[in-house]
Amino acid sequence: MFNTHYRLERHSIRFVLAVMVVASIGGLVEIAPLFTIDETVEAAPDMRVYTPLELAGRNIYIREGCYACHSQMIRTLRDDVERYGPYSLAVESKYDHPMLWGSKRTGPDLARLGGKYSDEWHVAHLIAPRDLVPESVMPNYGWLMRSELDTQDLGLHLRAMRKVGVPYSDAMIENATADAIGQASPDKDAAEGVAERYGEATTIRSFDGDPRRVTEMDALVAYLQILGRLTDAAHVQSGAGRMEAGE
Amino acid sequence: MVAGLTKGERQLALLISIAVAFIGLAMAGAGQGGAFGVHGFIVMAFGIGTIFVVISGYFLPEPGDERLAQYYDDPIKFGIVVSMVWAVFGMFIGDWVAWLLAYPEMTFDAGWASFGRLRPVHTTAVIFGFVGNALIATSFQVVQRTSRARLPDQLSPWFVLIGYNLFCVIAVSGYFMGLTQSKEYAEPEWYADLWLVVVWVVYFLLYLRTLMRRREPHIYVANWYYLAFILVVAILHIVNNLAVPISFGHAKSYSAFSGVQDAMTQWWYGHNAVAFFLTAGFLAMLYYYLPKRAGRPIYSYRMSIVGFWGITFFYMWVGSHHLHYTALPLWVQNLGMTFSLMLLVPSWIAAANALLTLNGAWHKVRTDATLRFMMVAAVF
Repeated sequence: MFNTHYRLERHSIRFVLAVMVVASIGGLVEIAPLFTIDETVEAAPDMRVYTPLELAGRNIYIREGCYACHSQMIRTLRDDVERYGPYSLAVESKYDHPMLWGSKRTGPDLARLGGKYSDEWHVAHLIAPRDLVPESVMPNYGWLMRSELDTQDLGLHLRAMRKVGVPYSDAMIENATADAIGQASPDKDAAEGVAERYGEATTIRSFDGDPRRVTEMDALVAYLQILGRLTDAAHVQSGAGRMEAGE
Repeated sequence: MVAGLTKGERQLALLISIAVAFIGLAMAGAGQGGAFGVHGFIVMAFGIGTIFVVISGYFLPEPGDERLAQYYDDPIKFGIVVSMVWAVFGMFIGDWVAWLLAYPEMTFDAGWASFGRLRPVHTTAVIFGFVGNALIATSFQVVQRTSRARLPDQLSPWFVLIGYNLFCVIAVSGYFMGLTQSKEYAEPEWYADLWLVVVWVVYFLLYLRTLMRRREPHIYVANWYYLAFILVVAILHIVNNLAVPISFGHAKSYSAFSGVQDAMTQWWYGHNAVAFFLTAGFLAMLYYYLPKRAGRPIYSYRMSIVGFWGITFFYMWVGSHHLHYTALPLWVQNLGMTFSLMLLVPSWIAAANALLTLNGAWHKVRTDATLRFMMVAAVF
């Protein structure tokens, strides 16, 4: 073995190829099957896509680096499940390009945040976190309230998302900007199209409390309120688990 | 700097600088005042800056052929100085974000100063700015001396170092403006990633050309590690950064992968980018500078071989240990955990090989601070 190496290390190209082959095996074995084994991602036929407003909010979440302190992945551990709800399923982040599972929790996990608090709570909390949670070390995001949301390019965003595999329809892409404004402006005509394209269950309201304009606060709160609610697959599964256990 | 370049290299440097300046101009135009446009202006300023540097030295006398009998060390000095600048900056930001955890109000009511935007500034400045520059610079020094060959040309090392720092500047300035892919240690957006691929290919070719000119029959172990660093980082970077930009005039892109596949790809990258920068790269340094400083040969040739291939093979499996108890299938988690334990073997072999090299030179460790730092580094 060492004699073989003694010869190998005299040829630079052969050595380069050997490194590439040896280093590639781990990734090939661990990653490639995740695309081909069906059980990797559960089926969730009822799952809907993010509305343009929620997607814009998600991009603000990414832009501000919220993932640096908040995970979106409830682990299969009892203390996680008791605090946050049913553990996360792979399918729940099927439309997340990229995923935001996070890597540390300076703040709490947010995978099931949607619907847990009111819009007013979120807005007040984002403006001054310590008013509501005295021990929090989260930065103040009051300036989101002053920033008009850029809705101009949302069609391009949806188109790119479709290219990577998210099933946005042509109508969704064409109406992306109008739908973003409509979802945060319940009194405008544009609001009807949102329910038509994304389902009657879609929340349509002024998330930041000011229906006259669409701010980045609107988008971010709309996103926080949909977290964990694109599909109820996790709740169905945990309910079935409880029934099997005879509870 | 320019004095060491031949006439042809000066012309090529000028052409590249002009091309970079025009790319910057195009980006600035397409960005229409947004963050992408600001990056356009930064790229353009870089291009114009290097144009001035090249022109200012353009008519200096050409270097004579006697240079070919010496190693080419000018870019190494530049790389080390830049590395130190990044170290000071990156660690200052690290200290700053630490204070933010005690005084979270210290954000001036603005986005750029918040913890979420500053954290990647710290990690990128330290890992890529400080460590990356140090690795590139030392690799130039080590490969020349262990191959007894001069770098094949004078322009490539400058292109690699300056181009790499342009990448770092684009990355870090982008975070302040909120440009990020959100993938840890792979935050820069698609255009910065593409530029890094160009720089990295030139770096790889430069390294390989130097090795091919070597006047030693064998490739020394330090160069194995530098090669693994260059090759593996290239593989990881290209796969993990596959993304679709929303247009060629916007900074934003969407990752090609989603959910569980994206998570696994990200931590395969995230763990091994760290591994092949901070472990393989530094072992490369160790295998040259430690025996050199101690005045002793490496303890064991066989341990070098087992350690190197063990690290190269096992490390690439362990990324999934970042995803324990998540929605990642259990079989991948188990593989990651098992290989993480097995990785102890080659890691300790490499460390033991370094410490045993000091046998016969321990009296130097007592008096030589540099050597003592190396000894402590090997232990860790």
